[in-house]
Order: sequence, then C-alpha cells, then structure tokens
Amino acid sequence: MDYSQFLHMTDELSLIAVIVILFIADLILCPDRKSGKGVLNTPLPIILLLAQTVFMVTLGVCPSYCTPTVEAFGGMYQHTPMMTVVKAVLNIGTLIVFFMANGWLRREENQIKQGEFYLLTLSTLLGMYFMISAGHFIMFFIGLELASVPMTALVAFTKKNKESAEAAAKYILTALFSSALLLYGISLLYGTCGTLYFDDMAARISTSNYVQLAALALFISGLGFKISLVPFHLWTADTYQGAPTTVTSYLSVISKGAAAFVLFVTLVKVFAPLIKDWDLLLFWIIILTITVANIFAVRQNNIKRFMAFSAISQAGYLVLGVMGGTAQGMTAMVYYLFVYLVANLGVFAIINVTEQHSGKVLISDYDGFYQTNPKLSFIMTLCLFSLAGIPPFAGFFSKFFMFLAGFKAGFPVLVFIALVNTVISLYYYLLIVKAMYIKQSNQPIATFRSDCYTQIGLAICAIGVVFAGILSQVYDFFDFFSYSL
Amino acid sequence: MITIHYFLILSVLMLFIGIYGFLTRRNTLAILISIELMLNAADLNFAAFNRLLFPEGQEGYFFSLFSIAISAAETAIAIAVMINIYRNIKNNFVEHLDKMKW
Repeated sequence: MDYSQFLHMTDELSLIAVIVILFIADLILCPDRKSGKGVLNTPLPIILLLAQTVFMVTLGVCPSYCTPTVEAFGGMYQHTPMMTVVKAVLNIGTLIVFFMANGWLRREENQIKQGEFYLLTLSTLLGMYFMISAGHFIMFFIGLELASVPMTALVAFTKKNKESAEAAAKYILTALFSSALLLYGISLLYGTCGTLYFDDMAARISTSNYVQLAALALFISGLGFKISLVPFHLWTADTYQGAPTTVTSYLSVISKGAAAFVLFVTLVKVFAPLIKDWDLLLFWIIILTITVANIFAVRQNNIKRFMAFSAISQAGYLVLGVMGGTAQGMTAMVYYLFVYLVANLGVFAIINVTEQHSGKVLISDYDGFYQTNPKLSFIMTLCLFSLAGIPPFAGFFSKFFMFLAGFKAGFPVLVFIALVNTVISLYYYLLIVKAMYIKQSNQPIATFRSDCYTQIGLAICAIGVVFAGILSQVYDFFDFFSYSL
Repeated sequence: MITIHYFLILSVLMLFIGIYGFLTRRNTLAILISIELMLNAADLNFAAFNRLLFPEGQEGYFFSLFSIAISAAETAIAIAVMINIYRNIKNNFVEHLDKMKW
C-alpha cells in the first residue's frame, strides 16, 4: 500500500492533529482554581483551530496548489477545492461557537468538563469533514455517525439538567432511526448497483428501477432528519430548547450546513440519473419545510424554541440550492450557508450571554432590552434583519442569489412560495425587535458586560452580517470554486 | 435452494417491525431494540446481496461489519443517555419525557 496517499487528506489529518494536541493538553492543563491551571483552556483550542483553518485554506484553496480533484484509497476519498471552502466555512462557525462557549464553560459546574466540550465538538467536525469528502458510502456513513454520536454527548452536556437529558434522548432516538433508514437505503443501492463507489454508481442507476427509487426516498429521509426538513423535523424544537445554548447554536448551523452540502454532493454525484425524481421530492419538502416552520415559529414564546423553528425554515431555503443541481445552486448554497452562519451565531451568542447573566430565555423577557443593553440589542437587530433578508444586510443578498439560482434551474413556483414565506418570516423576526425596542417592561434584563471572548465572536458576526453582502468578493470567491464537484 | 427473495422478505419484515416498534413502544429501551432491528435488517441485506449477487467482491461484508461496530457505539451512548434520564426523572417511559412540547 502506498502510504503517501494519506497526504491527500490534509484537511482531516490537520484536524486530527488538533484533536490529539488538545487531548494531551487537557491532561496537563486541567482546570484547577487553586493553582490557576486551565487558563490556556479557552485560547488553546481557538488558536489551534484558527491555525488549522489557515493551513487548510492555504493548502487547499490557493490557486498554485489547486488541483481539480484529488483522490485517495482508490476513490474512497475525493476532494475538490470547493470542499475545502465548505470546511473552512464550517471552521469559522466552530470558532465563533468556541468564542461564545467561554462564558458558559467558565461556570463552576462546567469547569471540570471544559476539555471534553472542545474534543467532542471537534470530533463531530471531523465526522463532517469525512462526510463531505467521501467518495464511497462506507466513508460517508462513518462520517455521518461520527458527526452525530458525539453530538448526543454534547446535547446531554449538562448532566443534571432534566431538559438537557430529555433533549438528548429525543436526539439520539431520532438520529438512530434516521441512520437506520439511511442504511437500509444504502443497502438497496448496493443490491442494485453492486458497488458503493460514488463514481461507479451513477452509471448503474436508471429511472425505471423502483428499488432505486425507494433507496432514493430512504436516503433523502435519512439526511432530511439531519437537516431537519419538515416531515422529519419533530426532534428539532425539543432538542434545540433542551440542549445548552452553545450546543444548540452548533447544531443549528454547522451540522445542518454540512448535511445540506452532502445532500447536494451525493444527489449530484450518485443520483444524477434520477434528477427528475429528487427534484419533485425536494420541491414538496422545501415548500412544506418553509411554510410549516414559519407557522410554528409565530406562536413560540421560548426564544431558543423560536430559533429552532427559524432554523428549520432557513434549512428549507438552504436546500433550495440543491434543486436542479447546478453550479450556480452550489455557489448560492455555500454563500447562503456562510451568511446564515454569521447571522444565526450572532443571535445565539446574545441569547447565550443573556442566559448566562440573567437565566432568562423567554421572548417576553427581552422587553425593554434596548434600555438596559443597547449595544447587544443593536447587534441582535442586525442579525435578525439579516436572517429575515432586509436589503442592506447580507441575508438579502444570500436570499437573492438563492432565488436566482432556483429560478435559473427552472422552479419559478417554488421561488415564489419561498418569497411569500420570507414576508411571513419578517413578521416574527420583527416581533423580537419590537420586544427589544418598543415594549416596556417592569423588570427588564439588568445591564451586564459580556466577556471579551463573546465580544470578539459578536464582532466577527456583526462584520460578517454587514460586509458579506456588500462586498461582492465574498460571492465571487465561492463562485470561483463551484465549477466542479 | 435459498434465493435472494427469502432474505429480502425477511429484511423488509424486520425493517417494518422495527419501524412499528419505534412508533408504538413506550419504553425508551424497547424503542432502542426496535432501532437495532432496523439496523440489522440493513446488515442482513448487505451480507445477502454480497453472498448471492456479487460474490466476487467483499464490499457488502465490510459494510455490515462497519455498521455493526458503529451501531454498537450508538447503542452505548443511547444507553448512557437513558441512564442519565433515569437518574433525573426515575423513569424511562416516553410519557414522562414531556417537559418540552410544541
């Protein structure tokens, strides 16, 4: 065997190196208040992950190193520059999550568990890396499970909290159910194709084979659970509400985005002959997802639960890029993911820091938030406007490119329905803005200062929300790499 | 002669018994057992397809091996979660996991 092919997996290997270093450092730098150890525990993962991102991007994205497709292990691992771009986007999201996690992990009950949080989070990230670069269904399945099994431990991170335990139970049971469906779909594909390599499968899939259609339906429902598309979304609200806020933000952006990208890649690579069928299937799923989630979001009063329904609806828009499987759709999807990531993490960072300081999570608790915390409410407003898609902010441009891609792919009705739903979503996002600025409260959340890590994270989010739309270089950057899968 | 049909009928039966169990059982452990049934249905498919349809390769066997290992890991963490629930609410029936609704 030629061991040099491991060198093609630079992204994964560098992340594994980060995990190993953190694992060893966690033994030495264990938090201990008396001796003052554990001081490096927050900066260390951030610095390492930042270094890994820079390393990955310079090696994988810089044009001089750019090779269209790299393969290793006989095609089991496939890699294109676009995949590095997506991984870098996921890395930025994880960095912001680390920034906002600091305040929560410094609490007395969590101090002892700090190291585990970073290790588990990075393990799920590694699973997503493998899932994204998979060229074979074994690789794909292992990546998927590596992304969802440590996630359960993260959801149940606050062990003594009943809601967290309940959320973890709901998450693991639905995740297992969905992966069983997915596995059955893959087994049917194996039975009809005789191979599990993505490249060889496309030639052996035909539109007249009903077993393969069943496999497609099982496959989409399996991934639909991970992206939380509507018939499969029932776990989302409960898990998001019960999980620690930091983990919720990670779930709502990173794992969702990775799964959506993987859905795109597998549908285009493997199920290319069945394009008519999956277009039809996704057409109805997207309409259901956006509409149902919007209707449910209006009637929520817990802000985390509200963000869960908002995230389901955003997932519908994200999957809109898959329709037709065009290169423009891919660009629109990754751009949408990036913009959604900064905006959503910004909102979650504020929810998190508010929860840490006051323990309040209801929307009505945010009444009069502007009087006590004007800066935080300003950033929250920016992020909510971006999520709703109001013009000067990035969310407008990402929605615009998404609709453009859907229109070019030939689905004007779908784009119209999504557009109508954007207006509905504007209503409920503005409800929070109204609560913060206009409503008065007898007991508003007291004025507090967020810690410096959260401030850095919020600054990144605010910059992203404002400039990712106005600077066309961001979109062009994604567009430059979307030429091939 | 045992043909592929026997295996397929068995695995489809196992899959649907698993789905039925997942939807109707009230004990989280019973739900977990139902899910294991579904996973095993897929493993059976892989092994049978490999043995009877594509005997020249090993892909199906390897896939079922990997999936058994992964489902063991999943079961371990699922049971850990259930023990945690039991510690918190002294019960592991799904009726009592109703703190968060709608």
